[in-house]
Amino acid sequence: MSFVWGLLWGLATVLLIAGGAVIGVWWERKVSARIQMRLGPQQIGPAGSLQMIADVPKLLFKEDVVPAGADRRVFMYAPLLVFAPIAMAIAVIPFWAGWAPLDSAVGVLFFLAVPSIGVLGILLSAWSSHNTLSTLGGVRAAAQMVSYEVPRSLAVLSVVVLAGSMRPTEVMGAWQWWWVPLTLLGFVVYFVASIAEMNRGPFDIPEAESELVAGYFADYSGMRWAFFMMAEYGAMIAASLFGAALFLGGFVWLPGLAGLAVYIGLAALGYRDWRRSMAAEALA
Amino acid sequence: MSVPSDIDREAMVVPADCLEAAESLREVGAQDGRLTPEGDEDHLVVNIGPSHPSTHGVCRIVVELDGEIVVRAEPVIGHLHRGIEKMAENRTYMQVMPLTDRLDYVGSMYANWAYCRAVERLTGIRVPERAEYIRVIVCELQRIASHMMSIGSTGADTGAFTAFMYAFVQREKVVDLFEAVCGARLTYNYVRPGGVAADLPEGWEEKCRAFIEQHPTAMVELDRLLFGNVIARARLKDIGVLDPATAVAWGATGPVARGSGVDWDLRRDDAYSVYPRFDFDVPLGERGDCYDRARVRLWECVQSCRIIGQALDQLAECEPGVIKADGLPRLLAPRPGDAYDHIESARGSLGVYLVSDGSVRPYRMKVRSPAFANLALLPMLARGHTLSDLVVVLGSLDPVFGEVDR
Repeated sequence: MSFVWGLLWGLATVLLIAGGAVIGVWWERKVSARIQMRLGPQQIGPAGSLQMIADVPKLLFKEDVVPAGADRRVFMYAPLLVFAPIAMAIAVIPFWAGWAPLDSAVGVLFFLAVPSIGVLGILLSAWSSHNTLSTLGGVRAAAQMVSYEVPRSLAVLSVVVLAGSMRPTEVMGAWQWWWVPLTLLGFVVYFVASIAEMNRGPFDIPEAESELVAGYFADYSGMRWAFFMMAEYGAMIAASLFGAALFLGGFVWLPGLAGLAVYIGLAALGYRDWRRSMAAEALA
Repeated sequence: MSVPSDIDREAMVVPADCLEAAESLREVGAQDGRLTPEGDEDHLVVNIGPSHPSTHGVCRIVVELDGEIVVRAEPVIGHLHRGIEKMAENRTYMQVMPLTDRLDYVGSMYANWAYCRAVERLTGIRVPERAEYIRVIVCELQRIASHMMSIGSTGADTGAFTAFMYAFVQREKVVDLFEAVCGARLTYNYVRPGGVAADLPEGWEEKCRAFIEQHPTAMVELDRLLFGNVIARARLKDIGVLDPATAVAWGATGPVARGSGVDWDLRRDDAYSVYPRFDFDVPLGERGDCYDRARVRLWECVQSCRIIGQALDQLAECEPGVIKADGLPRLLAPRPGDAYDHIESARGSLGVYLVSDGSVRPYRMKVRSPAFANLALLPMLARGHTLSDLVVVLGSLDPVFGEVDR
């Protein structure tokens, strides 16, 4: 029974990450396009919302290139070692009051420790690519991810001390509103360190578009490349869910629904505003 | 093909010591782009380019790294060499025009104009005033377009992609103006020996005025967006410092030299064409770092707007429709001799040297490329900085490889 349960949960996690990545990528592209006076994706679906749906088959059918000098086996499996720990870490996140898929007494430690295995995957992918740019990117990524681990763990300790437990469900259950001012600094540190952990801008030094092209995954293509992106978006989703559960009192129906409404409302407003500006431009 | 009679044949023979120097250069050249560390065995040699997002064209740079620190950075040029100078020897003077477009493809108008000035000096053609004003206007617009490309890519190199898009919006407006003038957006072939290819279309002056009124505001906005940004400042300040004496010694010109405080601008110091009639300033940097070089470009754009405004005013007083010298022959066959002329391009002093043997084709064409001289500074400026800064230093020199390799 538990095996079937675990299998189902694993599938759900992958779907969660994939779905989150689809929405996240679209939203990111749309918002950054707005800031940068561009349009972003707009051809597929309303306001380009189905762009990622089109991108997934493209990635699936792309040629899986393994560079000539690469350590073939390591090169091929390293992306999984980057993605799997992120998916594993999602297991300890409390999705409901008093309930998490893996309700562990050391859940907080698990969440902080397991994604760090991803550094090994990054180093292996970088080294096995047989590419100096990848190697540099991998070394940068390892240095950065290891160094931001410390402030991140210390920041999470603030709520652990207040709750007196390392079980995420218990931390969420013990949460009081007056924790917010006490842990505000910790939350900011956690947030910033998490961004650095997942190598996203302004901490995208390991990927370094301008000099290392893409850093450790410069030589990857197709689905193997997609695994790196999924790991990145998975880390974003996991860090957000975990931060919300521990620092902000976790998932409650009403705030969750209100948040969703605000999200959809903003999207609709943004879309309408964008259409209007397009129309104004067409008239001018 | 005969050598022109009144040219000193002896002077054109390469002396023996030059040949020796060339031989030793060839030996050095054979080692170009070696991928083995020159210093410590532990150094990592990274090959950047020729196809890379930040090489601003097709440049290959071999970088020797000690950790993240650049020990040796060596540009290996020639990937875009098309032999333009040699091709010019087999074309008539007019047929060379499209080749000049492809020298500096970010600022085609400059190469057009520099070549035309050399031809005009060689043949003694007098250009009508209206054409001179039009040339000044399009070339100052070209300066804006070229600098927008440079500043935008400075933004992209330092991670500020938003600034890149904002700069390109302005560039796009200039390119639209060019399209209205000559139909092309990149290789204009507009400035011709004896004048310009076509008169300004109806209503163009108003569009141009609207642009130069709006552009300085956009520059202030871009200044705050990019150069006011704390990340961009940290990435650009004190990076790749070039002192004025070195800038002069290495033949750096244009914004690269002016960023170091070298007060040298051909538009003012060798006032060609109708430039003496305009009132404008030459922005200068103080520290000679990437920040100053990029910022000099930004304020040059504002000065260009001032020049264009004055040129448009004075253009209105010129006789309309006279855009080409009278009695231009179909085939130019200058008397034997040589001529050199230079203009201030967006990258510095761009010169064209022409030798004529009296036939309809140039005997020899040589382009003095500012981008080539500026790029030579890269190994010196990048040494001791990180790999990320190497990209920024390269961008701040603003090389266009069509002009470097020719």
